Amino acid sequence: MSKTGKITVKDRDPVSSLQNFLKLLLEKGTVEAVLVQQRLPIQNAAVMPVLVTDPEKLEGADPLAPAFPLNGARMLSRLTRKPLDAPIAAVMRPCEIRAFFELVKLKQGSAENVVFIGVDCLGTYGNIDYQKIAASTAGAESTLTFHRSILSGKGTATGDADISPACKSCDHPVATNADIGIGLLGANIEESLLLISNTEKGARVLGGLGIEVEEGDQPLRQSAVDALVSERTAYRDKMFEATSEAVSDVQKLMGYLGNCVNCYNCRVACPVCYCRECVFTTDVFDHEPAQYLRWAKRKGALKMPTDTVFYHLTRLAHMSTACIGCGQCSNACPNAVPVAELFRTVSHGVQKAFGYLAGASLDDEPPLSVFGEKEFSEVTGGKD
Amino acid sequence: MADYEPTIIAFVCNWCTYTAADLAGTSRLVQPPNLRMVRMMCTGMIDPKYIIKALLEGADAVLVSGCHPGDCHYINGNLKARRRMKLLKEILPRFGFDERRLKMTWIGASEGIDFAETARQMTAEIKELGRNDLRTRMVL
Repeated sequence: MSKTGKITVKDRDPVSSLQNFLKLLLEKGTVEAVLVQQRLPIQNAAVMPVLVTDPEKLEGADPLAPAFPLNGARMLSRLTRKPLDAPIAAVMRPCEIRAFFELVKLKQGSAENVVFIGVDCLGTYGNIDYQKIAASTAGAESTLTFHRSILSGKGTATGDADISPACKSCDHPVATNADIGIGLLGANIEESLLLISNTEKGARVLGGLGIEVEEGDQPLRQSAVDALVSERTAYRDKMFEATSEAVSDVQKLMGYLGNCVNCYNCRVACPVCYCRECVFTTDVFDHEPAQYLRWAKRKGALKMPTDTVFYHLTRLAHMSTACIGCGQCSNACPNAVPVAELFRTVSHGVQKAFGYLAGASLDDEPPLSVFGEKEFSEVTGGKD
Repeated sequence: MADYEPTIIAFVCNWCTYTAADLAGTSRLVQPPNLRMVRMMCTGMIDPKYIIKALLEGADAVLVSGCHPGDCHYINGNLKARRRMKLLKEILPRFGFDERRLKMTWIGASEGIDFAETARQMTAEIKELGRNDLRTRMVL
């Protein structure tokens, strides 16, 4: 049962109040470091994940910024692929925690000494859009403007930019698997933020900080969460339908992927594309020059670079059981191929077929890492 | 369409289905010559991309066949293969690949008759289904 407490917001500034909360974690020695997205102390104030050990160096921390330059699960994986000596806190979006859970199950990280602080996610902009938005206002002001606009019911659109389709279709805006949740939904964030402990570890940390929490329903929050989830699910289902239709045969799929130049950025940006070395960049695909000519002769024409559809289908075979729908693939695509919609749509079906939900829990085994003697008899025509 | 000869790529395991195919041959069982056999040590080592590649290159169907559950020479490779086939059967039909072009069977080493029958049936079914037209089309 989760317990709920509060962070009182001073000067109508939830960002600096959150910074104070994180500062407390470091000052009290609860954790040795905090991994949190920060506005970098440089001219264009890019927002990136930063590992902070000095409480004084948290002034740029802005977990509420609608920026998502990369999925932080990969960064946390770098920090935890060997045992950590002391606990660290990771302030992450729900999709980052879910992606990290998948990596833990693939033995590419450990959740052992990590306190997950999951912030309610109201959506993020694509990198280029966010850069423009951040450049037009100083510091965390753009973050506050974004949240004020949502609070006042004006939505997420700013100028001609809006949050990414992956975020609009995200049905997991709340990090229910974090140790501590930072609740924005159902709170007036200019007055207070909710602190929700979902686990024993989370309760211990909040207790150690002297923050009072109590059990009990949060009807206001629950209804705000339900409303957002149902809005997003409706968008998601429409997106599934439109995407399925857009790729319903190979000719259409080729059209859908037509602008792909095999840069493999989507694979690099993908937090759950788990191979240490991708087969598509190995000798296997370093074809003999004569091979290209043989292929061209067989069909009369050969598009270069080759293997574009092959690459995307293979990627689907690898990551569709683990896709958490963060949308970084589309964010990284130089040619605006709507890959996130495609991967999410297929992954949803695949995960349903295996009765699995990526990132939901550390206890569910990834579908392709387990098997049973009697299962899926339809695959072999009813015989098992 | 019914008068074409389909090309079926059959990934079979060394210990069961390949041996069954051998038995079918030495027993002089009549079977169509449409299967192109690829002998693997175990169905558990068939990477899904072999199957994707075969279909993208224009194979009319892919057959994966190995030992019955419990009989795998490597204990459970066939059960892993079944999960991968399940995965492909979930992914590929979304892009218009007919599910019948992806077949998996268990054929034990002594089941030569079963192998010949599978080859006959599958060839007839894929003939009926028609060509995979990617054979002659440029695939991006």
